[in-house]
Amino acid sequence: METTQIKVEVPVMADLFAKGEKPEYLFWVGSAGAFDDRYKKVTQAFVKVLTHLNVSYAVLGTEESSSGDVARRAGNEMLFQMQALMNIELMDGYEVTKIITCDPHVYNTFKNEYTDYGAKFEVIHHSQFLQNLIDEGKLKLDSDVFKGQKITYHDPCYLGRANGEYNAPRKVLGAIPSSLVEMKRNKSFALCCGAGGGQMFKEAEKGDKEIFIERTEDVLETGADIVATACPYCMVMMTDGLKYTNKEEDVKNYDIAELVAMALKL
Amino acid sequence: MIKQILFAVSLLVTLGVFAYTTKKLIALFKLTKPAFPIVDIGERINVMLKVAFGQTKIMRKPVIGFMHALVWWGFLVILVGSIEMLIDGLAGTERVLGFLGIVYNIIFGFGDVFAFLIAILVAAFLFRRIAMNVKRFGGVEMKHKSHIDANIALTIILLLMVTLMGMNAFYILDAQNHGHEVVGVYPVGAIIATWFSGMSVHSVHILHEINWWGHILGIFFFANYLPYSKHFHVFMSVPNVFLSNLNPLGKMTNMDNITKEVKMMLDPEAAFEEPAEDEAIERFGVMDVEDVTWKNYMDSLACTQCGRCTSVCPANLTGKLLSPRKIVMNVRERMKEKGPEMVANGKEWTDNKALLGDYITKEELWACTTCNACAQECPININQPAIILDMRRYIVMEESAAPGELNSIFSNIENNGAPWQFAQDDRMLWADDLTMNAPAK
Repeated sequence: METTQIKVEVPVMADLFAKGEKPEYLFWVGSAGAFDDRYKKVTQAFVKVLTHLNVSYAVLGTEESSSGDVARRAGNEMLFQMQALMNIELMDGYEVTKIITCDPHVYNTFKNEYTDYGAKFEVIHHSQFLQNLIDEGKLKLDSDVFKGQKITYHDPCYLGRANGEYNAPRKVLGAIPSSLVEMKRNKSFALCCGAGGGQMFKEAEKGDKEIFIERTEDVLETGADIVATACPYCMVMMTDGLKYTNKEEDVKNYDIAELVAMALKL
Repeated sequence: MIKQILFAVSLLVTLGVFAYTTKKLIALFKLTKPAFPIVDIGERINVMLKVAFGQTKIMRKPVIGFMHALVWWGFLVILVGSIEMLIDGLAGTERVLGFLGIVYNIIFGFGDVFAFLIAILVAAFLFRRIAMNVKRFGGVEMKHKSHIDANIALTIILLLMVTLMGMNAFYILDAQNHGHEVVGVYPVGAIIATWFSGMSVHSVHILHEINWWGHILGIFFFANYLPYSKHFHVFMSVPNVFLSNLNPLGKMTNMDNITKEVKMMLDPEAAFEEPAEDEAIERFGVMDVEDVTWKNYMDSLACTQCGRCTSVCPANLTGKLLSPRKIVMNVRERMKEKGPEMVANGKEWTDNKALLGDYITKEELWACTTCNACAQECPININQPAIILDMRRYIVMEESAAPGELNSIFSNIENNGAPWQFAQDDRMLWADDLTMNAPAK
C-alpha cells in the first residue's frame, strides 16, 4: 500500500472546548509521558494509533499536572490531595467522563482514589482500550513486523496486582503475530521492576542487588527478543536493566502501544 | 461424678484464663484507631469462604499449601469431636453425639483418619523447620524465640493427634471388653487397637482415660497458650480474612483530616463557614503503636510468621533491610510492650521509645516499592503496605524528613506539576512536528 507522511495534530481540550466540541475521551498523558525522553515515544506512538483509528479524544496539554500518585506513596498526603482536587476540578470543567492513560499509576489513583473526592470518571488503561478495539474488530494487527519474534510481557504492579488486570495487555500482544513467552514470575506472581512507591526518583536502599536487574534476569531467562511493558516506570527500569546487563542490542524494550503502532506501520 | 466435677473445674479454669486474656486484648484494641466500617457482609462471607475455608491463597504454593489445607480441614472435622468431648465431660456421657448414626460415623471416621494425616503432616512440618533449611523461616526478625514458639505449637498439635488416635483405639477395646457397641467408625483407631488386643481390661480402661484426658486438657492448654503465641493465628485468621480490606490492593486509605484541610486551603470561604472544632490535634500517619488501626493490630495478631510476604518482597529479595513480616511482627511486639502500660497508666504514658525508630527504621520503610506482592501473597489477607505507607506519612508530614530526592519531587510537583523539573508549559513539546504514515490518497 502506498503511504505518505502526515502531520499528527494532537487535539487539546481547551481548544476543542472553545470551539464548542467535546471529545469522547480524555487522553491523560502523564508527567512521564510528557517529559521522559523514552516515554515520550510511547505517548507519540499511542497518539498515532488514536489518530489512525479516528478516535475522538483530546489531551489537557499544558493544563495537565501531576496525578499526585508518587507524592502519596512517598508519604505526602497533603500534596497528593491538592493535586487530586485540582485535577478533578479541571476535568469536571471539561465535563470529562472517560479517561485513557498509558500509566498504571495514574490509572490506579484515578480509578480507586480520586473517587474519594467525588470523581466519577471511567478510567481505561491503554491496554484495555486497545484490547476492546481488537475485540470489536476495529483494530487489526495481522502484520508480519514481529513474525518469528519472541515477546515477553512484564506485568506492572499497578495494573496487575493492584487492579487485577493481567489479560488485556496479553490479549493485545496475542493479536500481534509473534510468539508470546512468559517469565517464570508472571501475573500476580510478577516481580516489581523496582520503581514504584517513589523509588523511581531516589537511590535504592543498601542491598546486594538492584531490583531492576533481578527482573531483567527474569526477562533474559526467557530468551525473548522483546520485553513488552505497559508502564512508564517499568519502561525506564527495563531499559536500564538491559543496558546494565549489556543486552540492549539483543533484547528490545517496547511499550505495547509502540508494538501496536509498529505492527500498524505507523 | 468426680470426673464430671474435675472436668467442670478444668473447663472453668480454661474459660476464666481465656476471658482474662480476651479482656486484656479488648483493652489493647481500644487503643487503636478506626479502620473502616464493617459493611458488605455478603462479600466478606464470600472472601472468607474462598480464602479462609477454601485456602485459595495458601495454595499459591501448591504442595505445602495443600498440606496446610489438609491440616485445616481436618481440624474443622475434629472440632466436632472436641465439642462432643465437652458435652461428655460435663454430662458424664460417652460419645453422646452417637445418635447421629451414619452422619456420626462419617464425621468421626474422617476425624480419626484426619488425626493420623495431621500427625504425619505436622511431623513433616516439624522436620522441615528443624532439619531443613527453608529460607523463609529465616531472617532478622526470626529470633530463637520465634522458632521455639513454632516448634511448641506443632508439638502440641502432634500430641493432640496422638491422644486422639489413642483415645479412639482404646475406646474400641474398652467397649469390646465391656460388651458395648462401638459407637462410630475409626479406621485408624481400629488398626491401632489390634496392636493392643492382648492388654488387660484394666490397662485398656486406664489408657483410654489417659488419652481422653490428655486430649481435652491438651486442647484447654493450647487454647490458652495460643493468644500468647504466634499461633494465635488459629483463632484470628478466619476473622482476619472476614475483615479483609475489600478495596483493590492499589487503593490507599484516604486521610479525611487532610481532605478537610486541603478543602479549606483551596476554598478559604469554606474555612470561614466552618468554625474550627476544639478537638485534639490528630497525629498524621503512624509513629507508634497507638496510631495504627484496629485492622493493622489484628493483622499482627493473625500473622503466623510464615514469611510468604518476605519471600516475594523485591526489596528483601535484593538484600535490603525491609521485610514485610518484620513490620507486622513489630506492631504486635510494640503493642505487647507499650499497650498494657497505656491501659494501666493512661494514653500519655511513654517510655521514650516508638514503633518508628526503635522497632522499624526509616531505611526499611523507604525500601518499599509498594508493589503489593506481600499483600497478594499473604494467605490470610494481611495488608503490610498499609502500615509502611502510614509510617511514611508520619515521616513526611510530621517530621518533614523524607529523603532529599523525594523532597525535590515534592517541590517540583508543587511548583511545576511534575516530579521532574520541567516547566508545565513544556508539557506538549512531545507533540511538536509529530508525523506518521498514512495511506496515500
